[in-house]
Amino acid sequence: MDLATFFIQCLNSLQYGLLLFLVASGLTLIFGIMGVINLAHGSFYMIGAYMAYALAPLVASTFGGGFFATLFVGMVLAVLLGYVLEWAFFSFLYEREHLQQVLMTYGLILVFEELRSLIVGDDVYGVQAPPWLAGTIPLGDVMTYPVYRIFISVACLLLAIGMWLVFTRTRLGMMIRAGATNREMVQALGVDIKFLYRVVFAAGVAIAVFAGMVAAPVSSVYPGMGNQVLIICFVVVVIGGIGSIRGALLAALLIGIVDTFGKVVFPQAAGVLVYVLMALILLWKPDGLFRAG
Amino acid sequence: MIARAPLLFVTAAFALLAAYPLVAGEFGVDLVAKIMIYAIFALSLELLAGSTGLVCFGHAALFGIGAYAAVLLSPQNEAAALHWLLPASVLAAAAYALFMGALSLRTKGVYFIMVTLAFAQMAYYVIHDTPLGGGTDGIYLNFKPVLTLGGTTLLNLDLPETFYGFTLATLVLVFCFLALLLRSRFGRALAGIKDNEQRMRATGFSTYPYKLAAFVISGGIAGLAGFLFAVKDGVVNPELLSWHLSGSVLIMIILGGLGHLRGALIGAFAFVLLQELFKSEAIFGNFAKHWHLGLGLTIIACVALLPRGLVGLPQLISQRLSGTRSLRDGDSPDEPA
Amino acid sequence: MSPPEVLLRGIELTRRWGGLVAVDRVSLELARGSVHAVIGTNGAGKSTLINLLSGEYPPSSGRVELLGQDVSNWSQPRRAQAGLGRSYQRNTIYANFSVFENCRLAAQARLQRPWAWWESAQRCPASREKAEAVLQRTGLYPMRDRQAGLLSHGQKRQLEIAMCLATDPQVLLLDEPLAGIGPEETDRMLELLAELRPGHAILLVEHDMDAVFRIADRITVMVNGTVIASDTPESIRSNADVQTAYLGEEQP
Repeated sequence: MDLATFFIQCLNSLQYGLLLFLVASGLTLIFGIMGVINLAHGSFYMIGAYMAYALAPLVASTFGGGFFATLFVGMVLAVLLGYVLEWAFFSFLYEREHLQQVLMTYGLILVFEELRSLIVGDDVYGVQAPPWLAGTIPLGDVMTYPVYRIFISVACLLLAIGMWLVFTRTRLGMMIRAGATNREMVQALGVDIKFLYRVVFAAGVAIAVFAGMVAAPVSSVYPGMGNQVLIICFVVVVIGGIGSIRGALLAALLIGIVDTFGKVVFPQAAGVLVYVLMALILLWKPDGLFRAG
Repeated sequence: MIARAPLLFVTAAFALLAAYPLVAGEFGVDLVAKIMIYAIFALSLELLAGSTGLVCFGHAALFGIGAYAAVLLSPQNEAAALHWLLPASVLAAAAYALFMGALSLRTKGVYFIMVTLAFAQMAYYVIHDTPLGGGTDGIYLNFKPVLTLGGTTLLNLDLPETFYGFTLATLVLVFCFLALLLRSRFGRALAGIKDNEQRMRATGFSTYPYKLAAFVISGGIAGLAGFLFAVKDGVVNPELLSWHLSGSVLIMIILGGLGHLRGALIGAFAFVLLQELFKSEAIFGNFAKHWHLGLGLTIIACVALLPRGLVGLPQLISQRLSGTRSLRDGDSPDEPA
Repeated sequence: MSPPEVLLRGIELTRRWGGLVAVDRVSLELARGSVHAVIGTNGAGKSTLINLLSGEYPPSSGRVELLGQDVSNWSQPRRAQAGLGRSYQRNTIYANFSVFENCRLAAQARLQRPWAWWESAQRCPASREKAEAVLQRTGLYPMRDRQAGLLSHGQKRQLEIAMCLATDPQVLLLDEPLAGIGPEETDRMLELLAELRPGHAILLVEHDMDAVFRIADRITVMVNGTVIASDTPESIRSNADVQTAYLGEEQP
């Protein structure tokens, strides 16, 4: 492997890892703070991608906007979806056993898949990157790298930094962190915990949808994409440690590297490598790299 | 030892199943054979998740490995010997269960659920992406195994009725074995681990070997179900290891009722019949291709409304009718079945 | 008089959690035929000490010797098999089983026979006899068929002790057995402990001072992870350091 190819794979690893991190952080937050395992989280990613496809013409004709306008509209819809979903469904899961949560959210996956099938259909679609991001930049003499992929990494990084700032620098973030460690106390102190949970859940959904929308031009839009990303996100969360954002970031980047380089170096074993990594890490640290925090 | 009503129920159920081929046509026999295979699969998970409290979300891997072993270990040009192929398939699944269990049991709770899922995915990708598994199209079983003694064929599993009978016999044997196992000291130890593992350790039980043994036995039985599945249809594909199937079998035992062997039976029947209902074009017409929707909603409703599953239904109904709520929510050692 | 037979020894036991030292070089001995109480303010490290002795986790440094053997790295089940019994501060019973089954399953630890899958556990004579004996001894026999989770708190505490006894331990580690029970039941529990004293070495972690002074042959006082005094009850009662620890400095 020459230097240019190596560098390209590094960039790909980073992009994939950061995308995974965004989706996984929503999953780990929702579990860490509300104690709910949400198998349907991958569906939000899928919904995001299909929204990027389906909303683009609507936004173009109604507002005359392009990619970023579609992104904005998608995020607004995602927040609404998350808000309503938490109120109508997820708020009933908090007190239930994990097994019941697993099964109810599994049922939700099936419902989402079919609703998508009914609304948009089962075909595979492509989404165009906005023209001004669709070029390439040169790396060395021969190789080039797509600008859009760099945009994905930058966008994910900005969102991640934004999340970190909200957590550590705002009152809302403080309440969220407090609610994660002691729900009853936070309630007793007068914080509306229900509203807090709704906000956290809506944010988790929005982040996953964002990831799906942003990834759509690169990964294309197909029915199984939600489930695929879900399983990998579970591996991210398990490796990183449930409830730990730091862990999710480290694990996501690790998986990005293993998966990307794996596909190049061992194409036949590529699918398995991530799980081998997980098995090795769990042998060493059964609770993940960082315990909750 | 086993409470009377459940014993009666189970005996009646088996008797009905035995009599069924006399009245049913080809489609019915095939369908019920499939359900019985899933029932064996569900029973295996009931041992692990229901009786020991280890919620495994990767059980389909063991089912699929049993199925693939049946096909891969069969010779290309003739029927395999049943008395060799069946144990070999079971052992293949049990071996992977040993590997999976040994590593997964280092984790607890939610981690365990997710780790078992990931290990199943590992097996899925090996089968799906490598030439070993024949890729997404799967592989065919050219000749179904037979049991021969001397020169005569005792059991030819190519015949649907023979296969049905063989599957029913296997189901009954597995059920009886698990019923005995659960009332034995080993089974009581598993129940103790589920109820309060800390106390088990404090009294002197090394809990890890017990859990691993449960995992391996459960895996072997799942492999047995997989073997039967491969023989029935004569073809296997990677989707037999998918997490959708892992989810489905979990649903079956929850639907039927966790912690009861007959729950696995009831759940398998209810689940497959529900699927057939939602897939039925006669009832839903064109919408039948979206049967996942009905299934998903049913799963949600079931878990939400029937926390104890269908086995709890008689009690639920009698409580509603008499207006009482029972405090007693646990199992007695007399009623594992 | 022959020297007391020391059954359990903790030698310079230390346990650190990150930067926090929960137990700091604590040594103590449990001899057959005596009740050794460990008292101290909250956070003194009593629970950690009992966990080190019973094997929930290994010590950061120091040794635990059971019946002469170094068991510091032994797992909890292994120590239990060697004759160490433990009760917990929070009821650690099988809430879904009957009272009888609770004791029977505990007794089963002694004769596990996991391979005999065809034999019904309920018909196992060894564990049944042991369960009945232990239930009679603790006065729980009339309740043997009730579901354990439905017992009163005091009865659950009794069951906790009964399960401890079901494995015929030589050393008993009792973590606040009197927690939350009334005076009558306290008397009964202390009577039971007095009955058990001759054959066993008993460690009693407790907050109930009256009970401690009634039953203990030796008292160790812990503050902030260290032992500040370890002596007979009379000496402890008049020990200035102990009084300071519990009551604060005397104001002039």
